[in-house]
Amino acid sequence: MIALHGITKRFGTHSVFEDIDLTLEQGEIIVIIGPSGTGKSTLLRCINYLETPDAGRLTVGDLSLDVTRASRQEILALRRRTAFVFQSYALFANKTALDNICEGMIVVDGLSKAEAHARGREILERIGLADKANAYPASLSGGQQQRVGIGRAMAAKAEVILFDEPTSALDPEWVDEVLSLMKQLALERQTMIVVSHEMQFAREVADRVVFMDEGRIIEQGPPDELFTNPRDKRTQRFLRKVLANNPVV
Amino acid sequence: MHVLDLDYMLGLLPILLGYLPLTLEMAGAGMLAALVLACLLAVVRVQRTPGLNALAMLFISFFRGTPLLVQLFLFYYGLPQILTFLVAINGITATILGLTLHFSAYMAESIRAAIVGVDRSQTEAALSIGMTQGQLMQRIVLPQATRVATPTLMNYFIDMIKATSLAFTLGVTELMGATQKEAAGSFLYFEAFLLAAIIYWIVVEILSWLQRRLEKRLNRAYQR
Repeated sequence: MIALHGITKRFGTHSVFEDIDLTLEQGEIIVIIGPSGTGKSTLLRCINYLETPDAGRLTVGDLSLDVTRASRQEILALRRRTAFVFQSYALFANKTALDNICEGMIVVDGLSKAEAHARGREILERIGLADKANAYPASLSGGQQQRVGIGRAMAAKAEVILFDEPTSALDPEWVDEVLSLMKQLALERQTMIVVSHEMQFAREVADRVVFMDEGRIIEQGPPDELFTNPRDKRTQRFLRKVLANNPVV
Repeated sequence: MHVLDLDYMLGLLPILLGYLPLTLEMAGAGMLAALVLACLLAVVRVQRTPGLNALAMLFISFFRGTPLLVQLFLFYYGLPQILTFLVAINGITATILGLTLHFSAYMAESIRAAIVGVDRSQTEAALSIGMTQGQLMQRIVLPQATRVATPTLMNYFIDMIKATSLAFTLGVTELMGATQKEAAGSFLYFEAFLLAAIIYWIVVEILSWLQRRLEKRLNRAYQR
């Protein structure tokens, strides 16, 4: 189970969000939507401690920590239970696709090189890049790089994978291959939290859609409900604007 | 008109080459020590380690801000007057020490720039999978910074080889000191120093060739 209680983040005196509560069951898939600059990405980054939350309690699996006094060990433990997929892929430029996937297994989990490579090749197979094991990121397309980024997150065997706008930086031609990989993971009931503007994906894949605006969770529910019957005015306005250009079926 | 005495130069060549190992040893030892020190300084600067950062900045400022020759004289002639245990310091050790401190100050700044230049998102990616700061530095940041810093560091190494010639002012008979002695005996200054110049030049050219090969290797991962 993943639980956020009273998570608060401020930059200086500016409050990004206050007192956010969010709970996920194992195997649940949540998509967070909302206007730009409402703190969706920052919230995601707080769960992985890439941003330090200012208040609240984070629970991931058997680990629960008070963010105001988390020790370095607890932060490492939290990061080992969560994995992150970045908008900009953020692959290690000095490592091959296979090594990008294996790096964490070797360095963090302490697997032998042989074990890690065997698992790494399985993952490459699953993300459809078995033939690119020895390719460096610079020689891969955006879509391929992002699939390796997802592969790296899969290798972490995390309780939850956090996706931060995974298709926003992609050329349109590569978006589908990344989304279909994410769907495949969803079918395997990989717990995930996705921040995305892909409404169609949210509609098809999410168990629950969370609408955030101005640092608050305004409304959440199953996609059928939220997309067809949004209760709050702000949700209605946002969906009208977004769906006018890209209707969801 | 003075005609170039080639026979003299040919005879001098093996003598001078006999001193080349000492020149290269001083530069090699200086470079290794300077690399280690520069990496430490750079990491302190990047992480802004409290206290140490200010010290590192002072160190870099002093050793970049004063001439190498002044530093060498300070270590060899000056310091032993204050710190008596240094009286036994010989010219070779003083040279290596001077080269190390002087060049580490320059190298620290280029290593720092290379570290800062590594894409920040890769740092986050490494942290996100649970790597420690040390693992992140060692496995992700430093290897990439090495590639960026290598051309500049090789230039400093080349500079350092040439700077070993200052050791002769501390009474060390290395390539330059030997040339000086030979020339003073034969009065053929032009031949002697021309030969010394050519030897330095060839050594530097060989290093430049190595540098290009090294850079090609380091760039392998970044070819599209």
